[in-house]
Amino acid sequence: MKTAGDKMDVMLPLSIGTKQAWSKDRYSAGSQVTFKVGICLLALLVTSIAFAQVQARDLNESVLDILIKWTPLMAKGFSFNLLISALAMLIGTVAGLFLGFARISLMAPVRGTSWIMVQFFRNSPWLVLLFLVMFLMPFEFHFAGYTIPFPDWIKATLGLALPIMANFAEIVRGAVQSISTTQWEAARSLAFTRRQILWQIILPQCVKRMLPPWMNWYAILTMATTLASIVGVSEVMTVVGRIIAAEGRTELLIPIYSYILLWFFIYCYPIALITKRLELRFAER
Amino acid sequence: MIFFEPFLLTGKRSEYVMTTTHSLNPLIQINDVHKAFGSVGVLHGVSMMINAGEAVCIIGPSGSGKSTLLRCINGLTPIDKGEIFVGPHAVHLMPSDKEMIPLRKDVSIVFQQYNLFPHKTTLENIMMAPVHVLGQSKDEVEMRARELLKKVRLTDKEKSYPGELSGGQQQRVAIARALAMQPQVMLFDEVTAALDPETRKEVLLTIRQLVEEGLTSILVTHEMAFAREISDKVYFTEHGLIVEYGSPQQIFDDPQKKRTREFLEQVL
Repeated sequence: MKTAGDKMDVMLPLSIGTKQAWSKDRYSAGSQVTFKVGICLLALLVTSIAFAQVQARDLNESVLDILIKWTPLMAKGFSFNLLISALAMLIGTVAGLFLGFARISLMAPVRGTSWIMVQFFRNSPWLVLLFLVMFLMPFEFHFAGYTIPFPDWIKATLGLALPIMANFAEIVRGAVQSISTTQWEAARSLAFTRRQILWQIILPQCVKRMLPPWMNWYAILTMATTLASIVGVSEVMTVVGRIIAAEGRTELLIPIYSYILLWFFIYCYPIALITKRLELRFAER
Repeated sequence: MIFFEPFLLTGKRSEYVMTTTHSLNPLIQINDVHKAFGSVGVLHGVSMMINAGEAVCIIGPSGSGKSTLLRCINGLTPIDKGEIFVGPHAVHLMPSDKEMIPLRKDVSIVFQQYNLFPHKTTLENIMMAPVHVLGQSKDEVEMRARELLKKVRLTDKEKSYPGELSGGQQQRVAIARALAMQPQVMLFDEVTAALDPETRKEVLLTIRQLVEEGLTSILVTHEMAFAREISDKVYFTEHGLIVEYGSPQQIFDDPQKKRTREFLEQVL
């Protein structure tokens, strides 16, 4: 029997004390691990279906049949997640670009304000931001005699775009500042304006450096779109909740949620893979 | 293209422009320029006069403030005290980069480390500033850029990226890029210092050709033989001061100051 002095090495996270060198191997090892996670997910799905099948009271309809039956509806919900993620990413990227530029503005008040915005949105829980936007924004706008509706899913999209904006702003700022000052000097001496230098000379050189972290944030955002179910948007988690309620069978919980997990994995894993590949390719140059 | 010249529209330009005729000749007038980086003084009262069409070399030991002086002329480094006039531009009165744009359209600089834009091809590097800054038509600039590439003997490299060129080739592209602005004055900041002896020759050949064509040039250089051969005037600087200046014959064959003699003995 173990005494109190013994190390509980099982409890330690794997990475402690085994910091790997910066190398190609690290990437390939990393993606293999992620791939294994996918295999585990699949295994979880299969076993949970089998397990649920055994527990099932009503054998007329197998668990697999139920999953297939509801797949079109869940796919509709899932595509809504993808729509929200794409829109939030678009808004967050455009806003983040300008916020990032504001962070390096020559005007101190602009720099200060943008710093506060970045810190606020980067360090707030996404769900809290989501609630804040849901309750702060009206459900419709009155503009020039027209009433423009402002549905929940648009509000959720904006709420999710906020942390993306703040994080992308930091990516932009870091990338711009990583470009050698001699590029600025060369451009200044050719009589370019500051705006021209940023857009035509510095930013194009930053794209390569910004792409991998940007894609990383997209994958994170896609997974975070499920938060929208909490504020009543009919995305995939909401749909799943309704399906489970309609079926009224608790043994369905694990298979259905595993099924959805697998969908997210299949969508996000290639993004992670491409990100790693890009990082590697840019690091080699 | 008046629309690309905001200073003409706002009338702001007049603040920094000398209207008296004496500013036109000499072309560059530097009066008692002081510059310190923090507590480290770099220039301690430098004065110079350079006429249009002249080629001037600034020589001296490292850290004597040669490069800083050059960078002050096109405003890359702001000065603490003194006056710098380049043609009609009063550089010392310009508070920021924005006001320096008309000046920089007239003064081009070539750097030691080339500083080409790595994401643009050779031809694009040359064409960018004339098209986007001067607002000239693309076709016209492209024709000029091709001529310039011919001049620096890089006709076959127009589609290459800077990363694919040797140091000497990159430096010649940098010279062509500076020339594409059709400047009144060219500044060369130790342009051959990072090159090996062989490629150095190609770059010097290009510069000599420009000087012979009568382009007003100021060169900071360690190439003594070259300085002697091409320049109209040579300035010897040390510790942020001009020790001695004169014709190349005078400086290299018959230096008056002891410090100049010592320096030349060491490098020649």
